[in-house]
Amino acid sequence: MKYIDEFRNPEVASALLKEIEKVATEPIHIMEICGGHTHAIFRSGIDQVLPPQVSFIHGPGCPVCVTPMGKINQIINLARRPKTIIATYGDMLRVPGTESTLLKEKAKGANVRMVYSSLDALKLAMDHPDHEVVFFAIGFETTIPPNGFSVLKARQSGIKNFSILSNHVLVPPVIQFLLNDPEVKIDAFLGPGHVSTVVGSQDYEFIPRDYGHPVVISGFEPNDILQSVLMILRQRQEGRCEVEVQYKRVVQHQGNEKAQAVIDTIFERVDQEWRGIGVIPGSGMGIRASFREYDAEHKFADWVSHVETSEPETCICGPITKGVKQPWDCPSFGKACTPEHPIGTCMVSSEGTCSAYYRYQYIRKIVGE
Amino acid sequence: MQNQDWKGSVQLSHGNGGRLTHELISQLFMPRFKNTMLESLMDSTLFEVNKGRLAVSTDGFVVNPYFFPGGNIGDLAINGTVNDLLMSGATPLYLTVSFILEEGLPFEHLVTIAESMASATKSAQVQLIAGDTKVVEHGSADGLFITTTGIGSVPDGVNWNPQEVKPGDQIIVSGTIGDHGASVLASRYEMDFDSNIVSDTCHLRDLVLAVRDLPGIRCMRDPTRGGLATTLYELAQASQLNYRIYEKQVPIAESVRGLCEVLGLDPLYVANEGKLVAVVSKEVAETVLTRFQQLEAGKNARIIGEITEELKGWPTLVTPLGASRILDLLSVEQLPRIC
Repeated sequence: MKYIDEFRNPEVASALLKEIEKVATEPIHIMEICGGHTHAIFRSGIDQVLPPQVSFIHGPGCPVCVTPMGKINQIINLARRPKTIIATYGDMLRVPGTESTLLKEKAKGANVRMVYSSLDALKLAMDHPDHEVVFFAIGFETTIPPNGFSVLKARQSGIKNFSILSNHVLVPPVIQFLLNDPEVKIDAFLGPGHVSTVVGSQDYEFIPRDYGHPVVISGFEPNDILQSVLMILRQRQEGRCEVEVQYKRVVQHQGNEKAQAVIDTIFERVDQEWRGIGVIPGSGMGIRASFREYDAEHKFADWVSHVETSEPETCICGPITKGVKQPWDCPSFGKACTPEHPIGTCMVSSEGTCSAYYRYQYIRKIVGE
Repeated sequence: MQNQDWKGSVQLSHGNGGRLTHELISQLFMPRFKNTMLESLMDSTLFEVNKGRLAVSTDGFVVNPYFFPGGNIGDLAINGTVNDLLMSGATPLYLTVSFILEEGLPFEHLVTIAESMASATKSAQVQLIAGDTKVVEHGSADGLFITTTGIGSVPDGVNWNPQEVKPGDQIIVSGTIGDHGASVLASRYEMDFDSNIVSDTCHLRDLVLAVRDLPGIRCMRDPTRGGLATTLYELAQASQLNYRIYEKQVPIAESVRGLCEVLGLDPLYVANEGKLVAVVSKEVAETVLTRFQQLEAGKNARIIGEITEELKGWPTLVTPLGASRILDLLSVEQLPRIC
């Protein structure tokens, strides 16, 4: 992990900031798509040290935040099924459904396990042959290949008590959706580093070509982000508009073809609901019919259909996820909705905009600094 | 009595007060914790008290798993309470211990844990003077839970308290942070990490006694559950001052930082079991640091920040970019059952 220091070196950072100051002559609104970037920007205080002309709009790239209410209610229902183990990432435990959370179900006796990957969930299935194990598979292009791989491995090993409740979402369709929305004002994009390791930089070429906005695919360390901002500003200064890769140590133009092949084998494009935004055509990845026995929605249809799908009325997660409103605009933010008692998904994940604002700005504001 | 003499596992009848209970106490625990005060086996133990102030502290231990790299629940149960006494400037004297054992706990595990406890008490120079053992049905506990209570004596003139903290005081941490929490995390059954992270569990007696004579020690805390950030939060609230630390100055082992990066944890919130935070006057800060660094337990000690009047009641972290952010309490447990 030592190499990381290079990307946190304060001298490099101050040199980059000086360059940014020189080039940032006019206001620019940069959307960071990925929740990992949102978290990194606040955590290292990049928003505090950039010149005021440069502002960030926080995009829809937090997988927890975009998971719709109906899906949460489905997994909560499945947690109530006898002899069923729910395996999920830690953040999903606290995401509120209509009247419960996985954490509350766990306290009542449901078998809910926190895992770090779908392969951990597959191991649970092997270790508990008398239980059904359902992995709550949420995430972007980065997590779809390993989730697909666990399905492949389950079939190869003849494991029948494993399935996934899929809520896989794709970055390019949601970006296109936002760019077609007249409310959304974006001048440039900080492209998602991890997602791009899978899909490559080619998937973003429509943004400069069709919409005229620069894209720089960025790493996650403070100096990565500063350098990417500088690259965006330089494109504008030099009259260029293209997809550039700052995160060259990881991202290749064509992405990871093996991972893409796994995705294509197991999954197919589906219309996908995004929390607070609505259904975006072709923006999700559902399990193909040929792998249906691993699809929890198919396997346990009795338990997951007929769930409540409406969103809480007081929450403005949708417009916040689109970047057209800020947490300050929400009447619940910091009052009814806090990290301890979240109403909306954006307050749950550390990558969510509301959670980041609460942790890094709200207290400072209320103590009057 | 050696390990191989204890085969099999704990049964409910080891807790019913009958023959097996007596056997457990007289043959497993007593030979290891032997001292004249414990040997009386009365309902209570008597000891002499000198004039002056006593410190008392109690703590329950439920760590899962109870063996982890660098130690076990027994080490924690002794060091945890000893350290709590030390943080008020007390010399730890006596401990009591209460075991809740789960039916089915392998005896060889209990022997290992008891031996760790015996050597930890010896190392910390305290005596175990009273104890209790209960057994609960299989499924009603998770191996074993241990509660210890400690008593120590506080020398005259030692009044360590966060309310004594003043602007300009320096914040010192005695070594790398997050080691204990990271070691437990890495050894949890869900994880398959190859790591060389070991818990830092140890007593802080040498560190505290090395500087207790100095004027200008304002207060000390051991940053256990909730880690360094939580301790600073509690201190800042108690002092009603700003505790400002510099991210670059905080010592974190590479391996711990790496594990935290991978898992998305903030090492500032990860537990320690053998570290202390001291707030001291500017005049004695260098002396305290030097004395810490001369000891094995304090070789990585650093001054990590200072007290200011800016954001009263809050700790802040200055990032390498020079930005500052507030260190709030965590909303959810990063990792349950680490101590």
